[in-house]
Amino acid sequence: MKGMTIIVKKVTQIICSVVFLYGIYIVVHGHLTPGGGFAGGVIMAGSFIFLVISFGSEFLALRKEESGSSILESSGILAFLIISVLGIAIGGAGIFFVNFLPKGVVGRLISAGTIPLFNISVGIEVAAAFLTLFLALLIYKGEVEE
Amino acid sequence: MWILLFVILVLMIGGAIFSLEARDLLSAVIAYGIVGFGLVIAFMLLQAPDLALVQIVVETITLIIMIAVILNSTREELRTKSRKTAIYIVGTLIFIGLFLYFFNRVTGGLSPFGEHTLRMSKAYIEPGAQITGSANLVTGIIFDFRGYDTLGEATILFTAVIGVLTVLRLKGRKE
Amino acid sequence: MIIYFLCILLFLVGLYGVVTKRNLIKIVIGLAVMEYSVNLFLTLIGYVEGGTVPILSSEVVKRVFVDPLPQAMVLTAIVIGLATTALLLAIAIRIYKRYNTFDIREIKSLKG
Repeated sequence: MKGMTIIVKKVTQIICSVVFLYGIYIVVHGHLTPGGGFAGGVIMAGSFIFLVISFGSEFLALRKEESGSSILESSGILAFLIISVLGIAIGGAGIFFVNFLPKGVVGRLISAGTIPLFNISVGIEVAAAFLTLFLALLIYKGEVEE
Repeated sequence: MWILLFVILVLMIGGAIFSLEARDLLSAVIAYGIVGFGLVIAFMLLQAPDLALVQIVVETITLIIMIAVILNSTREELRTKSRKTAIYIVGTLIFIGLFLYFFNRVTGGLSPFGEHTLRMSKAYIEPGAQITGSANLVTGIIFDFRGYDTLGEATILFTAVIGVLTVLRLKGRKE
Repeated sequence: MIIYFLCILLFLVGLYGVVTKRNLIKIVIGLAVMEYSVNLFLTLIGYVEGGTVPILSSEVVKRVFVDPLPQAMVLTAIVIGLATTALLLAIAIRIYKRYNTFDIREIKSLKG
């Protein structure tokens, strides 16, 4: 897949990091403003898709990127499971999925127990999943052999 | 507010009918975008900004994948003569009538539009911010009170990606 | 109540697309329209007249909130709908490579 003209490449270099930062902001502030892990994760994936579309797949040497995003997705959901299993060991009466960290004042950034940790791990998992989906359906389908 | 919601719903129904009857597949996919983005405006009118954010990004990704699938294959739809006799039209109208009648019977027990909250939600709204500690009630519900559903959703997303990689035979091919 | 009827009418349009059409892409579009109509119906149930966004902040002291429980369920359902549509489109790509058409009446042989 070929890339686009020089104007698109220059604008992409400037903008794609701002979009990625916006995605991180929506994920981390998930317990204070609307958003959360799912919307922020898809926005983070969107910045990478932007980069791949405008530079073309031959330019970026994407053969080992696809296995990298698969590993990142698996580690995201593994972190989710580890945090929820820790509730059996630490909090209270041995219940799965209990909210065991201290809950601070309502409205601060560091509050609400384990909810920001869940948001971050779900955000990483959703971003890596959509990037893998995009690369598999659009870039690699031409190289499937019978 | 009700008038605007009516207009948006009528536009969505019109867009869906046009998208299913279009002859060129690219026009069908672009008309499908009317349904998705009309749903975003409907969610914002119903005071749900979390859902509007997720629906915008999900609809954009769906449109990108659909257009790429179509542009790498044929774009025309073969159209042969279909017999539209009177039996088909009468049968369709009877089916629609029965469906709407039974739907009316089933939802007769619901309160009218915009009246009360559900009975379960009173236990979630009042002590919700104190028990979970988060200011956003929807995030507090999906990660603390109903955490199993979020675990199931993450698993479904993971399984769908594995399924796509297997169907396209990109992994697990030992030479 | 008329809003509920319009929502079910959108569901019926999607059902017509799944049952009647012969092209595979039209069937996938019909399924996705059915999923959107169900999400809209769930959100319509939880609306309270005069309610506001269910987020606590310093200037909203005590007001009527819109119901947050159906919104939590619809948030899950939207992402699951996208996963299902992506998997269906991957299967459609494989069918096109094997049979070179999207017409479902030509896909008859069960070998391969």
